Amino acid sequence: MSQQTPPPSWQHVGRHGMFPESGHDDTARFDFLASMNGYLSTQLSPKVRMAYEVRAKPAYEKAQGHAPQTRGEVRKAMLGDSIYQAWGALRRNTMEMRQQAGRGLVLRQLGPLMAKAKKLNANAPTLKLDPLVKMPYIISVVDIHCMPGGYHTEVVPEDISAGANYDAGIFATTGGMLGRYHDGGGQALAQWLKEKYPDFKPKRILDLGCTMGHNVVPLAQAFPDAEVIAIDVAAPMLRYGHARARSMGVNNLEFRQADAESTGYPDGYFDLISSAMFWHESSTEAMPKTLLEVNRMLAPGGLTAHLEQPQYPGMDLYEQFVRDCDAYNNNEPFWSTMHDYDLRQMMTDAGFDPEHYFETKVAGVVDRSIFPVATDEGEDFGRAALWTMFGAWK
Amino acid sequence: MTTIDSIDPIALAGARAKGKRPQFFKDPDVERVLSIAMVIAMEHAVTRQRLDALERVMESKGLLSRTEIEQFHPDPAAEAERGQWTQGYIARVLRIVQQETEAIETGAADIATGAMEPLPPN
Repeated sequence: MSQQTPPPSWQHVGRHGMFPESGHDDTARFDFLASMNGYLSTQLSPKVRMAYEVRAKPAYEKAQGHAPQTRGEVRKAMLGDSIYQAWGALRRNTMEMRQQAGRGLVLRQLGPLMAKAKKLNANAPTLKLDPLVKMPYIISVVDIHCMPGGYHTEVVPEDISAGANYDAGIFATTGGMLGRYHDGGGQALAQWLKEKYPDFKPKRILDLGCTMGHNVVPLAQAFPDAEVIAIDVAAPMLRYGHARARSMGVNNLEFRQADAESTGYPDGYFDLISSAMFWHESSTEAMPKTLLEVNRMLAPGGLTAHLEQPQYPGMDLYEQFVRDCDAYNNNEPFWSTMHDYDLRQMMTDAGFDPEHYFETKVAGVVDRSIFPVATDEGEDFGRAALWTMFGAWK
Repeated sequence: MTTIDSIDPIALAGARAKGKRPQFFKDPDVERVLSIAMVIAMEHAVTRQRLDALERVMESKGLLSRTEIEQFHPDPAAEAERGQWTQGYIARVLRIVQQETEAIETGAADIATGAMEPLPPN
């Protein structure tokens, strides 16, 4: 087995004014988890495929009289395979361990962290919480990514722990591929816009499902004269995200608690509407409604652009099966359905001109002196910083 | 109302996420044992890293040389103590195997199948 380059240490994680204080053992835990995830994706994952080709697929063919024809059939062929079982169980465990490590770090200092957030958020007109915003059903019944309490649960009133935990641990989940501030997606979108459309100067930008705002901060920085609004349904993320952005000196960014299905903004209010890894956390009902809302809010000549994991249509069956493991094993209830959609058709149904639809591939933009660049090789399917960007001009 | 002072950070850190937990192996006990073993593996790595940090800090202060540690040859007394420790360590880790073999040797029923029978009077 060849020697793998270890992922960058968690010590390089971006420490802004809201970041939890950590000690040696916190770093060591996240480093272990990042390495374990690296092992699972680059060393063990190819062997899972090998087990499929060498024994699971032939056994399925023998029993069924035909090779697996859907990813569901690949899954059936694989569930009993011992290498798949070991890989799947280890992958689930690293996710649970990452949650415990992050929550352990954050909850033991929750009081001081909340005090920091309160100070940074005090009287800010740019943090708009609305307790009347209802939690979407899908989010209230399943804690996605195995995050206990999801994005929205408050351990104590005015809680920020979900945001701080997300911020602390995502580096380990992705092996640092999202960069120091986990903003490789937002950086990629900002860079793509500057390179491809240097004359596009949006005055108002809306980011959907922003969570802690890590991917919208680069947009606010790239367009310092723009009014940037980030919305999410989860108050703990917004409190944390707002304080985080302030501590990073980003002031043209408002965080508002709102459901993207129905925001209340006037027609044509925004020039740019973005999202990153948002749609797969949506639902069958919410996604078409939200796309209609995006179209309504977008100004003529405006752009909507979204980063997502790759879609399934046309993809190799085995790869579909591996990517779909997150739906089964990482609490992603809408993942499979969403990735089966024909996005051009979805956008067309929401009123966008199919001629103005686009789809392209982007990789995370990170500080390459420290961070690895995401490649197709040894990709941790479903978690790598390699995305499909889709959208449309209006 | 829950307050900062009333929460238990340790218990909360390990809280269960809503949603069904997938089972990968035929036997749920294997699932549980693997889960515990993985955390021990992680905490072992944490300790190893801490030891490494300690050595490096001490070396930077001129208090020890890591080369000396790499080339450490215990004298006979130390060698015997270290050997003893290793034997005890292995015995502690493999306690359940020892007890299983003892049960076979003494003809004892190894695995309980119900509530414990009352002890016979003295």
